[in-house]
Amino acid sequence: MSAVEALARSGIAELLDNPDRETDLLTGIAGRALERAKKRGADEAEISVSSGLNREAGVRLGEVEVLEEARDRGVRITVYCGGCSGSASTGDLRPDVIDETVDRALAIARHTQRDPAAGLAEAELMAAVVPDLELWHPLDVGMDDLVSRARAIERAGRDADLKITNSEGASVSAEASITVYANSHGFVGSHRGTRYSQSCILIAGEKSGMQRDYDWDSRRRYDQLADPAVTGAEAARRTVRRLGARRVPTGKFPVLFVPEVARGLVSHLVGAVSGGQLYRRASYLLDSVGTRVLPEWASLIESPRQPGGPASSAFDGDGVATRESALVADGQLLRYVLGSYSARRLGLTTTANAGGVRNLRFKGGGHDHQALLGLMNQGLVVTEVMGQGVNLVTGDYSRGAAGFWVENGQIVWPVEEITIAGQLRDMLQNLGAAGTDHDDRRSIQVPSLLVGEMTVAGQSD
Amino acid sequence: MYQQVSDQLLAPAGLGRSEIDLALNRLLTRGIDFGELYFQRRVREGWMLEDGSVKNGSWDVDQGVGVRAVAGAGTGFAYADSLALPALLDAADSARAISRQAGDGKVLTVHAHPYPLRYSEVDPTAEGESATRVDLLRTIDAYVRSLDARVNQVTVSLSASHDQVVIAATDGTLAADQRPLVRLDIRVLMEEGERREQGFSGGGGRFGLAELADSDTWQNHAREAVRQAAINLGAEPAPAGFMTVVLGAGWPGVLLHEAVGHGLEGDFNRKGISAFSGRVGEQVATEECTVVDDGTLDRRRGSLSIDDEGTPSGCTTLIENGRLVGFMQDKLNARLMGVEPTGNGRRESFAHLPMPRMTNTYMLPGQHDPGEIIASVDDGVYAVNFNGGQVDITSGKFVFAASEAYRIKNGKLGPAIKGATLIGNGPDVLTRVGMVGNDLELDTGVGVCGKEGQSVPVGVGQPTLRIDGLTVGGTS
Repeated sequence: MSAVEALARSGIAELLDNPDRETDLLTGIAGRALERAKKRGADEAEISVSSGLNREAGVRLGEVEVLEEARDRGVRITVYCGGCSGSASTGDLRPDVIDETVDRALAIARHTQRDPAAGLAEAELMAAVVPDLELWHPLDVGMDDLVSRARAIERAGRDADLKITNSEGASVSAEASITVYANSHGFVGSHRGTRYSQSCILIAGEKSGMQRDYDWDSRRRYDQLADPAVTGAEAARRTVRRLGARRVPTGKFPVLFVPEVARGLVSHLVGAVSGGQLYRRASYLLDSVGTRVLPEWASLIESPRQPGGPASSAFDGDGVATRESALVADGQLLRYVLGSYSARRLGLTTTANAGGVRNLRFKGGGHDHQALLGLMNQGLVVTEVMGQGVNLVTGDYSRGAAGFWVENGQIVWPVEEITIAGQLRDMLQNLGAAGTDHDDRRSIQVPSLLVGEMTVAGQSD
Repeated sequence: MYQQVSDQLLAPAGLGRSEIDLALNRLLTRGIDFGELYFQRRVREGWMLEDGSVKNGSWDVDQGVGVRAVAGAGTGFAYADSLALPALLDAADSARAISRQAGDGKVLTVHAHPYPLRYSEVDPTAEGESATRVDLLRTIDAYVRSLDARVNQVTVSLSASHDQVVIAATDGTLAADQRPLVRLDIRVLMEEGERREQGFSGGGGRFGLAELADSDTWQNHAREAVRQAAINLGAEPAPAGFMTVVLGAGWPGVLLHEAVGHGLEGDFNRKGISAFSGRVGEQVATEECTVVDDGTLDRRRGSLSIDDEGTPSGCTTLIENGRLVGFMQDKLNARLMGVEPTGNGRRESFAHLPMPRMTNTYMLPGQHDPGEIIASVDDGVYAVNFNGGQVDITSGKFVFAASEAYRIKNGKLGPAIKGATLIGNGPDVLTRVGMVGNDLELDTGVGVCGKEGQSVPVGVGQPTLRIDGLTVGGTS
């Protein structure tokens, strides 16, 4: 049995027990594909091969609702011939299919047009060493364990408050994945990571007064997941506090974004300074390096090699070595977010951001929640935004929202069926304050943010 | 159809009727109510033009088998990216772990039944030459740029997919389908002084690329994208507050999709977590409103000959003269609710579980001339195009973001206003429909619906509608 056939047959246990062997198998596939691409006339080629497994249990009202076991594999190949590129992918890793996929990519490249910016990143930028970033914490968690954990989460949520009337269930999952990226510079990098996640969605109230909310957690290590009782109880607290929500009068008010939605504001900023938006001139932040995009007390620091971080990687999607770097310092934008392609389009150098930012953290501010409410005095706390009303070309922002109304620095009642609108440039430049409550479960880690003033639309009277 | 797809999809992997029977029997041996195998191969092809040249092309193949076993309300699910028998049997073993009971299920003998086809057997990924696609994109680019000197960036993308599925289940289902899907998108960015705005138009459906290449079709999209960008360049800030909103015909039917469609999917109603739960028979809209979900429309983006469980697609009336009459069902929820499946069991791919999903959701036409509807509004907003929407099916709150809208004053259209989000409450928004137009239109074929992380193509439509009170999220 060849190595590749062995991979096609390898089961879940093998990937967890022997990740080195799996990595070798994937590396072998990458090598084979690169060789074929070269032989068939490609000047350059790159390939990404991944193998992952996922086990998930969902429980609703105490009964098992879904048990899922999945093995996912895939390969994507991009070739460059005389400045023209072509790309192809398949989920079938058998050797003849890989060959066929390489040929497909080459066939596409025969029809695309020359693009001077196309091609691999410069060879000298490749990650020379790939350190262990502590992302691999394998544990063969059985389906029974996942089910009992999900049951415990949901039970804690349903028992937390009599106003919880129904449940959409709790689920717990364990994932492990290995990815190999290789290109014709001779660069081969691999990373492997585990992720364990849990969530619970509950319903409170009845009929037309029903509300739904949830809580979740996601960690690299199973033993670092939040206590099931905490996730369940938090889901209940979030759901019950929405009961009796009403609209607010239309007007202009300060708005406090909790970390989960404040993260969205920073991700819009990141989107607007990303290479793809910039070279298409589809950003309200063209030519903005050196200008102030946040208040002077705020910075955004990217730490792509943070040990155990949610998005850590030693190299980006082009194989370029990542490093710690400020995106915004003292309110000023220091650089864009670029991969090698968009960098060439803009006549700049890559910032090792092919595939996006990795572990970007908001620094500055530092008020606790009560202090932020006090600073706001009267206004809106937004805990949820809905819809697609964000225009990165103009910076216009208009979203559906839900949250709480604040009077005299105190939350007085829940709010729903309203919209909030403003201009992203003003909202972010003029942030009033920031909290200390960073959401560190995601790649972009942001605390509560107080936005000076937005138009809130609700009732007419 | 079954034989043809089976020959192409299953035979090369050494699978036939006896292997299917073997896997189904393996699934059903331990007290399982229902077991199903879903074999799929999907080929997708895409080309994109920007800066005047076609710089990217891609070719993606996904294939595999999804196996599920249902016991009561519980589902065991496993999938494999190999169609070979050992992988199929392994997946069956994993899926049947949902039941711990010993038992003797009975697999009904599977039969392939004929059903009406809603689209042709064309495979758009095998149609014509790559060079023709590249030429088409360049011709479109040149045409767009000729329309208005303010056009700065043009992005044109063309995608085609061909999806082959075989579904076999212990209830006797044996069905196959081949689904073509094509789409053309044109996006322009226009600059004038300091202002920059985008315009978009696109369309497609379950047919071949030849039809997309029809010059009348793409020229319409090109003019529409340029027109929208130009209008947005001159748009004023939108008002904020609760006001009368007139929605244009066609794509604004995304209102129905969000406000009532999702809330009428069987799973949410079985679980009692939809704002519409337990309300069948009640008046949830004015009498002018009749809303259907229709998967049988000829070659539409949301259409299906059979759904992803092998049920022939249907036309399900959801709201009839304002009264809530029905839900959309897949097999699992239909069985648990004691009703028949409606052909709405859909899944993104073999690697996802099916659930009740919409196909083409639209409102039937009413009596009024659209001009008469606008003339009836003293002060309000006329919204003719949207980016898309979202709903919380439990509280019923939904939003959709306008991409082209106008002020209405004293029955006359005023200046264009900048995109604003509209927000409302699903169960009562249709009770405030004051007038229904006679101009039913379906969208051009760009809808993508997301639910629990799964995306499927859908269609929407409606005639012009006047809604007497909706919150508009502008800044002025």
